Amino acid sequence: MAIDTSGNGVFSEGRAKLSARTLRTDKWWLQPLITVIVLFSFIVYATLRAFENGKYFAQPLISPFYSPCLSTDCVKGSPSFIGTIFGTYHIFGMTVSPSLFILIFPLAFRMTCYYYRKAYYRSFWMSPPACAVAEPHAKYTGETRAPLIIQNGHRYAFYAGLVFNVFLTIDAIGAFRNEKGQWGHMSIGTLVLLANATFLWLYSMSCHTCRHTVGGRLRNFSKHPIRYKLWTWVSILNHKHQNFAWISLFGVALADLYVRQVSGGSIRNLYFF
Amino acid sequence: MARTLKLRIWRGSDQDGALQDVTVEANSGEVVLDIIHRVQATQMGDLAVRWNCKAGKCGSCSMEINGKPRLACMTQVSAYAEDEVITITPLRAFPVIKDLVTDVSFNYKKALEVRAYEHPADLAPGEARMEQIDVERSQEFRKCIECFLCQNTCHVIRDHEENKKSFAGPRFFIRLAELDMHPLDTLRNRKQSAQEEHGLGMCNITKCCTEVCPEHIRITDNAIIPMKERVVDVKYDPLRWLGSVIRKREGIL
Repeated sequence: MAIDTSGNGVFSEGRAKLSARTLRTDKWWLQPLITVIVLFSFIVYATLRAFENGKYFAQPLISPFYSPCLSTDCVKGSPSFIGTIFGTYHIFGMTVSPSLFILIFPLAFRMTCYYYRKAYYRSFWMSPPACAVAEPHAKYTGETRAPLIIQNGHRYAFYAGLVFNVFLTIDAIGAFRNEKGQWGHMSIGTLVLLANATFLWLYSMSCHTCRHTVGGRLRNFSKHPIRYKLWTWVSILNHKHQNFAWISLFGVALADLYVRQVSGGSIRNLYFF
Repeated sequence: MARTLKLRIWRGSDQDGALQDVTVEANSGEVVLDIIHRVQATQMGDLAVRWNCKAGKCGSCSMEINGKPRLACMTQVSAYAEDEVITITPLRAFPVIKDLVTDVSFNYKKALEVRAYEHPADLAPGEARMEQIDVERSQEFRKCIECFLCQNTCHVIRDHEENKKSFAGPRFFIRLAELDMHPLDTLRNRKQSAQEEHGLGMCNITKCCTEVCPEHIRITDNAIIPMKERVVDVKYDPLRWLGSVIRKREGIL
């Protein structure tokens, strides 16, 4: 193979003259490939479900893709918590799905998440595709200018994510009811929504911004013993942030799928008591 | 001798060079640096390689082995399959001096650009007292052996020579983090300078620096991301800015 004469990156003047963009012999392409497949599958599923505008509520279960329901178009009985503030909108004769009013917030949280940034910069944008594998781009400015400078707003997406966690936790508690709305019952759906809320809390609490907020920004831990303790706990969770990011992503999709199947009548929500 | 190794070693200068095939015997328990020394002693007397401690503590023998940035003295030959050809090249982010030796002076220039610790004016030398929990966070960064594998693998400069002017690199981000987290450092605007002078915003946190660090310093999680969050505090967060104005906070910014 002829040596690249582009004169940039690993082919720059003075560096070792080698024709290959990488000399790695392991399967470095596998990890980004898996990431692309999984994230793309989730995006397709979430988009289809967001536009489906149906099969998201089956008393007492509400899909995490549609909670809180802030549109007057929502199925009767689905929880809104803060009122149906968005009313009902139509575009080209089609009703705007209630899901679209809320999904922007968890989406923003994940899009600006430090872990997901690594995942999609590597796998979708190939910047770089893997360590010591030359990226295909001629220029690179990182997160210094628009649009990527907006990544610096991650903390606001984190705050919004916390609000949604509260709503989804209330949904999970509400699932301790039966189909007639009576308390003191528990079903498979209860476990599904509880697991979903738990994974989302773990994902949020392990977030780097959370770690910074609770104590990371301090210079003197010794003057703030409680915040130091909190920082220590969040740091332990932070080690597993990547795992929680994936588990919670699957969790939210599976919770939605379960509610969809129950709502559509494909499966019955089995009650333990 | 336990096995016969097939190597491809890059030889050349900053002007030209090529991979050269060589076959050499290897004993069990040997590391790649041992093999390079054997090649040097038996077949390529003028092969240039930088090394010193052979214990993974001096950071001299950084090179790329089968395309991965590694310390040759910490890379076991047994990690490679019997029939695998091992390709050894110099670091690909820096100019070559000769064979496996590169010119890493870029890093020394960047080191000089980081403003040093400033001691409180009202504290005489020897009077400073710090609690262990205040310093242990930055002690992790003091493990750095300056092998510059993180600098070499960082795509910001590895793949974009033009960024070397404006980007300090992960090794110096941990230095900046260490100083910014220091309970006694009084230099103001270290966060701002991390962003504006040292190019912290160029980092897109793909964590390659952490992956290659032989000291297992969690460069991205414990230094770069905390520094990015500190920069957000002073540059991009309107609520934090408003809070600092209202409370007239006098702390280090």
